[in-house]
Amino acid sequence: MQEVLAILIDGITYASWLFIIAVGLTLVYGVMKILNVAHGSLYALGAYAATSLGGYWLAHGYPPVGTYGMLALAAIAVGLVAGPLIERGLLRRMYGNEEVVLVLITYAVFLILEDLSKLLWGVDPLSIPEPYSLLGNFEIGGLVYPNYNLLLLAVSLLVGAALALVLNGTRQGKILQAVIHDREMSAAVGINVSRVYLVTFTVGAMLAAMGGALTAPSIAVQPGISADTIVLAFAVVVIGGLGSLGGAALGAVLVGLVRAWAVHKWPEVELFSVYAVMALVLILRPKGLFAVPEARKI
Amino acid sequence: MKSWTTLLRRVAAGAAVALLCAPAFAQQPKPIKIGFVTFLSGPASGPFGVPAKVAAEAIVESLNGGKAPAPHNTKGFGGAPVELVVIDEAGGTTKQVTEYRNLVQSVDFVIGYISSGDCLAIAPVAEEVKKLTVLFDCGTPRVFEEGSYKYVFRTRPHATMDAVAAALYLLDTHPNVKNFAGINQNYAWGQDSWNDFTLAMSVLKPDVKVTTSQMPKFGAGQYGAEISALIQSNSDVIHSSLWGGDLEAFMMQAGPRDLFKKSQLILVAGEPYLHRLGGAIPDGTIVGARGTHGVFAPDSPLNDWLKEIYRAKAGTEPTYPAYSAANAILGLKAAYEKAKVAKLQKSIPMGANKGVKEETQKAYAAGPDQDEIIAAFEGLIFSSPSGRMAMSLGKGHQAVSGTAYGTTKLVSGKVTVTNIKRYPIEKVQPPEGMTSADWIKGGMKAK
Repeated sequence: MQEVLAILIDGITYASWLFIIAVGLTLVYGVMKILNVAHGSLYALGAYAATSLGGYWLAHGYPPVGTYGMLALAAIAVGLVAGPLIERGLLRRMYGNEEVVLVLITYAVFLILEDLSKLLWGVDPLSIPEPYSLLGNFEIGGLVYPNYNLLLLAVSLLVGAALALVLNGTRQGKILQAVIHDREMSAAVGINVSRVYLVTFTVGAMLAAMGGALTAPSIAVQPGISADTIVLAFAVVVIGGLGSLGGAALGAVLVGLVRAWAVHKWPEVELFSVYAVMALVLILRPKGLFAVPEARKI
Repeated sequence: MKSWTTLLRRVAAGAAVALLCAPAFAQQPKPIKIGFVTFLSGPASGPFGVPAKVAAEAIVESLNGGKAPAPHNTKGFGGAPVELVVIDEAGGTTKQVTEYRNLVQSVDFVIGYISSGDCLAIAPVAEEVKKLTVLFDCGTPRVFEEGSYKYVFRTRPHATMDAVAAALYLLDTHPNVKNFAGINQNYAWGQDSWNDFTLAMSVLKPDVKVTTSQMPKFGAGQYGAEISALIQSNSDVIHSSLWGGDLEAFMMQAGPRDLFKKSQLILVAGEPYLHRLGGAIPDGTIVGARGTHGVFAPDSPLNDWLKEIYRAKAGTEPTYPAYSAANAILGLKAAYEKAKVAKLQKSIPMGANKGVKEETQKAYAAGPDQDEIIAAFEGLIFSSPSGRMAMSLGKGHQAVSGTAYGTTKLVSGKVTVTNIKRYPIEKVQPPEGMTSADWIKGGMKAK
């Protein structure tokens, strides 16, 4: 019983982290049909910016509780700077090319941002551990967990609910859905598709950076974190169905629980477990669990 | 008669070297180019790759200025200045093999490779292209246990020593240990380290039990579930060979969850993080440095020299990758100079008074060839900041040395290492001709 509880808590915590990162990736794909490899770099930039801003805050003797504000600021700043810069500066000139070309372009951006991170922050691991331990711990079933995990869960629920609300309950959401459904028709009826793309990519970048900023307090931020994360995020969105918000949530929960189960019950297969789930889902549903049926254009 | 001839030749060679090293000597030897391959990007760059590069540059600079202490106080390599060509090790084995093939075209020797996978891939290629290559930091024993090479040397002991000494130290300091768990990265280094440690423990204390073995992927970053599993295993001891950002993330996440209040922690490669992690390393953690490096290095003028030149360049204390770089460069220098002296001795015509200067000048300017350096390197014993290194395994191509472990203690907010125990070569390394696994299974006896 104690072990089941541990698997549930560990799985949900991991899923919360994964969802925040994967949801931005699936949003960008859903709207723009771009599989954004640079999403991993935006995650890393968010983490780096969080260590810098948090470090700056603490170095000036401000109250440590303010570091949470610095994490949020890091995510917003990276999203607002990098999102428009990549979308307006590069991607906008490439629309109309095949999807694979756009993937290669985002891969190039990924490589550039990797080197940019090294240039700005060096290669030594950086950390900002204060926000992780500041909130204290809770104990359940003989296991101690940091309350920071609850914060992570709350943020992921909030992000999911906010996106669902915007997509289904607002005018902007309807516009977004129209663009997802048919870009050309949307443009024909007067929707500013270019602006929709800009906003979507910026929000996607912000979500990636938020994932990085929220992860920074529990990891060592260093070169290479972007590649590790993007592979996992891809697995989650592929399981859920590319472009599906619900799919990203279900994919994250599935990956989180399966991984936690493997760690507790069968550690030898942990490395393989996430990809086994992905392979199984793709065999049964090649377009993912929540793939949106595509209308055939004549 | 023979001994007299040898003596005369040595005296003449010594005089010739002294003569030729004088500033008035016009024919300067050409610079020696060394390709230095180390991680400049990726997760291994921060803790290992860049410190090794910084150390290599500082050492070469100091050697070229003739500022190293004896016995390495000749300028450069036997008077020839040394130039480094630094290459990034990141990108995987396929890329490294391609890079290596390009690199060997333009350098005299190659020193490099932190990753065991890269060492295993490069060794046969070095043999194929016939380029003297010194592996400086990778740990897998498989390089010389599964292969035999003429052109490949490794100037640091292999990783079996780290695991065996960890088991010896644990049982020396905690003889009543009943069970242990492990968290190691799921690739060659983590698997080898865990396998050797469990095997050594099973031989030294057969009733000890393994509770759980966690093998997260390299670069996992998130260890929540692993920490829960380790806490639930109620283990007396946790063995870990984690390094770099993975180790730092694990310590940051496990500390607040009280894992180390319940279990004794062993960090096989913990030494480079003592200063970085500070208070995150709990008091009483058993740490190793993969040899007598860093805080475990013996007091000596060479150790002081490395510390001084490294501090001047990096502003921090040198950690074990810096010592690995020093071992490789100084080992190669010692072999080069031994070969050069041998060549100068040979160049002196027997019993002739004429032509001595011309012949020695020619020999001096040309320097020893690669085969002569290899012959000098095989079985070489040389001094380094880590102590005495002996090229005793792998038919004289693999270095051995003793090692040490210690326990952390926080003193005035600074992590120090106390209760240091040193283990001689025969206690932690298999003898020549025996694989590590067979040696451990056979009770780890000296030959």
